[in-house]
Amino acid sequence: MFKNVLTTVLIWLTALIVSGVFVWLLSDIVIHGLPRLSWAFLAEAPKNAGRSGGIGPIIISTLSILLVAMVTATPLSLATAVLLSEFTENDSVIGRLVRRSLDVLAGVPSIVFGLFGNAFFCIYLGLGFSILSGGLTLACMVLPILIRTAEEGLQATPDDYRLAAAALGMSRSATLVHLLLPSAAPALIAGLMLGVGRAVAETAALIFTSGYVDRMPDSLLDSGRALSVHIYDLSMNVAGGDTNAYSSALMLILLLLIINSIAMSLAKQWLHRDIVLYE
Amino acid sequence: MKLNGPVKPMNETYTLGPLQIGPPCCDPEPLIRVDNLSLYYGVKPALENVSLDIYKGCITALIGPSGCGKTSFLSVLNRMTDMIPDCRVSGKVHFNGRDLRDLALDVQGLRRDIGMIFQKPVPFPLSIRRNIELPLREHGISKQAELNDVIQQVLQDVGLWVEVKDRLESSALALSGGQQQRLCIARALALKPKVLLMDEPCSALDPISSGVVEDLIQRLRGKYTVVIVTHNLAQARRIANYAGFFWIRDQQRAGCLIEFGQCKQIFEAPAHELTAAYVNGSRG
Repeated sequence: MFKNVLTTVLIWLTALIVSGVFVWLLSDIVIHGLPRLSWAFLAEAPKNAGRSGGIGPIIISTLSILLVAMVTATPLSLATAVLLSEFTENDSVIGRLVRRSLDVLAGVPSIVFGLFGNAFFCIYLGLGFSILSGGLTLACMVLPILIRTAEEGLQATPDDYRLAAAALGMSRSATLVHLLLPSAAPALIAGLMLGVGRAVAETAALIFTSGYVDRMPDSLLDSGRALSVHIYDLSMNVAGGDTNAYSSALMLILLLLIINSIAMSLAKQWLHRDIVLYE
Repeated sequence: MKLNGPVKPMNETYTLGPLQIGPPCCDPEPLIRVDNLSLYYGVKPALENVSLDIYKGCITALIGPSGCGKTSFLSVLNRMTDMIPDCRVSGKVHFNGRDLRDLALDVQGLRRDIGMIFQKPVPFPLSIRRNIELPLREHGISKQAELNDVIQQVLQDVGLWVEVKDRLESSALALSGGQQQRLCIARALALKPKVLLMDEPCSALDPISSGVVEDLIQRLRGKYTVVIVTHNLAQARRIANYAGFFWIRDQQRAGCLIEFGQCKQIFEAPAHELTAAYVNGSRG
C-alpha cells in the first residue's frame, strides 16, 4: 500500500519537475522579454551595440541563414533517405557506410562544424564570413537529423503498399511520389522541424562562419548576425544588454512556433493532401 | 453460415454476369504454360519441377499445406519474385507466346495483364476513388470522364457501387474487410487484366464477407482467368474448374506439384494417394 502511494507520488513529482522547468524557463523569458517587444523593436536596427534599438536586420539574417540551410539540406536528405530505405538492403555495404557516417556526424560538436565551415566554406571556397557560409555549415549539421527521421518515416510505411503498388504495375518512382512520401509526410515534417530547431538555435557554428556584423545584409555573400549569436553577444559581452537579450530570445521562440505552424499546414495541404485515413 | 453455399448480398448489383458453378470449361485453351519451373531462395529450393497449364477463362485452385510453395508459384507468374533479393527462378513460363522470365520483358505491362490480390486487403490510405484512379493514371489514362466511367464500371462489377457511390471521396480504410478486398479486386479489374492471381483472398475475412468475395470470384469466370491459392478445400471444390495439389517433398523440404487436373477429378477420383489423403482430411 505504502509502496504504491510512494510510486504514485514519485511519478507525479517527476512529471511536475519536468513541466515546471519548462514553465519557469518560458515564463522567465516572457516576463522579461515581452515589455520590450513591439513592431518597432522587430523592424529597427540595433543601436549602441544592441543595448537599444531593435533586431530587424538580425531577423532578416536569421531567416536567410535558415533558408540557405534548409534549401540545401532538405533535397539532399530526402534523396539520401530514399536511397537508404528504398534502394539499398539494410545490411548492404553502402547502407551501412552511409548510416555509420551519419551517426558519427550527428555526434560531432557544433564548434567543430564551425571550424570546418570556416576552413572549407569561408576560406577554401572563398565565400568569406557570409550568410551563405553559415547556411551551408548549418546544412551539414542538420543533415543527419533530417536523413534519419525521413528514413524512419519511409520505413514505417507498410511494405504491403509497395507490394500492392508493384502488383498494379506502378513504377517505384510513382509509388514513392504518390504513396510512400505522402504517407510518410508527418514524419518528414517532424524531422524538418527538428532540423529547423537545431539550426535556429545554433550559435557556435555561426560565429565562425556567418560572423556577427549586426547591420542589414546586402546579399547572401554579406556577413549577418543570427538571433542566437545576438542573444549570446548581448548577454555575455554587452553590459546592460539583458533586456534586449530577453526580447530577442522570446522572438526566437516565436519564430520557431511560426515556422512550425506554417510548415505543418503546408504539409497537410500539399504533401499529405491525398491521404484520407478516416472518414 | 455457409451450409447453403455463399451468402448472397441483399441487392443483386453485380454486372459481371450470372454465377456459373461446376463443370470445367468445355474447350480448355492454355493461356499460361508452366514447364519444369523451379524456384530457389538463395540455395534453398522452395519449389521444384512444376509443370502445368493455366486455362483461359477458368478458375484454377492451388491447394496444399502451408510452406509448399503455392504463393511462391503465384509470384513467379507476375514477376513479383523480382522484388525478393536472392530469389532465383529456372524453367519456362509462357504467357501470350513469350517467356515470362525474359529479362527484357516489360514487367509493368505484364503486371497490368496479370493482376494480383493479396491475402490481407491492401487499400491505399487514399479515397476510394483515388485508389482506383492512381494505377489507371500511372498507365496513361488521364481524362476525368474516362476515369469516372471505369471507376463506376469496376465498382459495379464487384458489387460495391451501391454501397460506396455516395462516399467515393472518403477513405478506403473506413470500409469493412470484405469491402476492402472487393475494392482491391475492382482496382485490379480497372487495369483490364487477362489473369487474376489471388493469394487466399478470403482467409482474412469473416464468413459473410468471405462468401460475398467468393461469389464475386465465381462471376469472374469466363471473363478473366483466375488462379487462386486457398486453404479452404470446400471453397476450392465449390469454385474451381481445375485444381493443383502441392506438397512438401520430405528430403529437401522443397515444394512440388503432386497432381493437377480437373477439380472434380482431384476431389473425387485423385490419382495419387497423397492427394486422396489430403482432400479427405487424413493428411496435411
